Amino acid sequence: MDPLSWTGKIAFLDPFLFLALGLLAASVAVWVLLSIVLPEDRAINVTAGGASLSSGPRDLATLAVKAALMATTALLLSYLVLGLIMGTGAGIVGAIAQQFLPVWIALVLLFTLSIRYKRRLGLYGKLFDSPIGMIGFGLVMFWVFTGIFGAFDLIITHDPLAQVSGLKNKVPGTALRNPQEGDFQWYLLGGDNLARDVFSRMVKGAWEVVKIAPLATLFAFMVGITLGLPAGYFGGKLDTFLSFLANLILAFPVILLFYLLVTPEIVQTGLPQYMAIVLFAFPLIFFYVLINARYRTQPAKNYLWLAAVLLPMLILYLMVVNEPGSKVNLLPAVLDRIDIPGGILVVFVSVVFVNSPTVFRIVRGLAMDIKTRDYVAAAQTRGERPWYIMLWEVLPNARGPLIVDFCLRIGYTTILLGTLGFFGLGLPPESPDWGSTINEGRKLLAIYLHPALPPAFALLSMVLGLNLLADGLREESLKD
Amino acid sequence: MGLFILRRSGVMILTALCLTFIVFSLTNLYPNLEKLAKTQGNFRMTDEAVASWLDKNGYSQPMAVKYGQWLGVLPGWTYDSDDGVTGRCIVGVVTETEAGEFPRFCGILQGDWGHSTVLQKDVSDVVWERLGNTLRLMGWVLLLMVPSALIIGVLAGMREGSVTDRSLSTVSILTTATPEYVSGVVFIAIFTSSTVGLKWFKGSATAATENPTFENFFLPVLTIALYGMGYIARMTRASMTEVMTAQYIRTARLKGVSFPKIVLKHALRNALIAPFTVIMLQFPWLLNGVVIVETLFNYKGFGWILVQAAGNNDIELLLAISVVSVFVVLVTQLISDIGYVFLNPRIRIS
Repeated sequence: MDPLSWTGKIAFLDPFLFLALGLLAASVAVWVLLSIVLPEDRAINVTAGGASLSSGPRDLATLAVKAALMATTALLLSYLVLGLIMGTGAGIVGAIAQQFLPVWIALVLLFTLSIRYKRRLGLYGKLFDSPIGMIGFGLVMFWVFTGIFGAFDLIITHDPLAQVSGLKNKVPGTALRNPQEGDFQWYLLGGDNLARDVFSRMVKGAWEVVKIAPLATLFAFMVGITLGLPAGYFGGKLDTFLSFLANLILAFPVILLFYLLVTPEIVQTGLPQYMAIVLFAFPLIFFYVLINARYRTQPAKNYLWLAAVLLPMLILYLMVVNEPGSKVNLLPAVLDRIDIPGGILVVFVSVVFVNSPTVFRIVRGLAMDIKTRDYVAAAQTRGERPWYIMLWEVLPNARGPLIVDFCLRIGYTTILLGTLGFFGLGLPPESPDWGSTINEGRKLLAIYLHPALPPAFALLSMVLGLNLLADGLREESLKD
Repeated sequence: MGLFILRRSGVMILTALCLTFIVFSLTNLYPNLEKLAKTQGNFRMTDEAVASWLDKNGYSQPMAVKYGQWLGVLPGWTYDSDDGVTGRCIVGVVTETEAGEFPRFCGILQGDWGHSTVLQKDVSDVVWERLGNTLRLMGWVLLLMVPSALIIGVLAGMREGSVTDRSLSTVSILTTATPEYVSGVVFIAIFTSSTVGLKWFKGSATAATENPTFENFFLPVLTIALYGMGYIARMTRASMTEVMTAQYIRTARLKGVSFPKIVLKHALRNALIAPFTVIMLQFPWLLNGVVIVETLFNYKGFGWILVQAAGNNDIELLLAISVVSVFVVLVTQLISDIGYVFLNPRIRIS
């Protein structure tokens, strides 16, 4: 087979795209320059209601930016659509567009449904009123779907761990030398220094992030909330002690902490598992207190709820913490259905450990602020117990900033996971996660660019998406 | 104020003690010591050989005793063998009478930071030398990052919602979303590789420890500065927009003061209080960035030895590194608290 070029038969679009991109850059530059140089518009538009043609240099620049942006978007969309139809006929771009087909379908479905019913969806629906939030959400969901479908082997073209001879460090679009029947014929984004497919590794890397980052952030929030609420609400000695602990962990350079926690020698001692026992217990405590505070006066309902929520969680907890052949081995092997590879558990635990003090500080600050409100005083006068006030009065009213911070923190966790991979800590060396791939690719960066750049841009776009999403959420939650 | 500083210093020392003890106990766990013994001796040591090596080098004492020796509150260990006496405070193998001439205590309280097992040098020499390299890097980073972040933040915040605001805010979001190992890789790819052809800079900063030039030093500085810049710029913008909606700014505008004058004379001073705290609290993150960038660009500074020491379980070097970094973190926190009080007249007077 012939090697693929970047755009194949739709190469006739390339000059137009470059032109559009050039125009876009030029118009944005002019737009920004004009807005700095010219005085601001102070005139009040008297012809309100009537359509007036904009004529000032400012308006013209805005118009130019809009036109250039539309042209670029239209061209990019046509690349995508043509690529979807023509597949490898449209070169690497087309082939990649076609490989991502399940993701496009899922994205289109999600966005149509969400926009259709956005008025009934609360804060999530309001997100679709803000363009920034929509772009961010789109980017995030693109990688989430890529991760999920990638885990089912839908998008990848080759096995991310398989090495194909003759494709070491080959440029994007190189054809396989002697493909078997049913194999994909090309390495779409080239091969890395062990002759593995860069594209498939990038797609699989998305799953590594989607699998760990949101869950680890959630656990960090559970820990932070369970400790931060009483620290902020009661204050006093408890607050001093917990804040000291939090500051202690925060004063550690993150990378030193990772180096101390995530080494094979430490895993041998069973320390990460002990930490997991402590950290994973916090969701149990949180839900126990949450339910008990609410239904304390109705024992029948209380026990029902507690049993329904806590029993499955307890079983899950024991299964996750238990690991045959290590120091923590309480359950018989028959019951231990969930087996988390040691590396993943260590990474998970240390990421939760590093994140929770910051969450603690945020929750503590919010609790200190909210406990002075009238509705808290009202609840105190009613004779409500402190934990009821904390979890059912204070926490719901702190949700806005917490949701925004949750999004930002997933992004930060993604960066942390990348850092771990970059230093080769925790995850197995052949793991396709983005940090490890960047680390491997950087060694040959002076000669071969293609192994390091795709995971770098993937990580960048995902974190950017999360930041934009947080920005959009903040804007929308401030509106009401 | 004096009492405040005194109390904070007390907390600082307590934190440093706790942290070093954590580092000490983690590095002194048995599997780590075994690894150390094998890298120092040879990799095919039997379990007995490992045990006797640890015994000979004073590692098999109880944790608290070892920590006390490192601090210098307990006398250093000695070991009698057929050849003579070795010990923590003793250089080489000496006879019993000679051993009496060495000091009994040698911990950090006596100014002895110990010996680095991986570099085979005194820890204090290593740390001072590498710290100097990193301080130079940090200095240039701050010089690039702080002014540009403040300018971006002030320009974006002075007219909320304007074109400048939107474009600069996008830039700062983009930089906060780009960790150092991504931007560094992209910069190396664009500016140093032979495939793109823009060979403007060097991809390695190894030579910059002796002879820093624009060519080999700018990329590491830019990479660290960019990641921190976005955050400071956003905080500055938030503080600036808040100030610009204040009553006294409106009064000034209604009086007819020109816009540049309002920004420079009235708004700027109040708007820069919050970013000062943010910049000070940014130091721990800079330390992180320094480790990544020094590894990426192979610049032999403080972060580079951190990676070396941690990778080889060099206990005393790691402890010294954690003392220094904890010191940096806590001192910047202290400065930010004190500075906040001094900069903000409302707190200073009350």
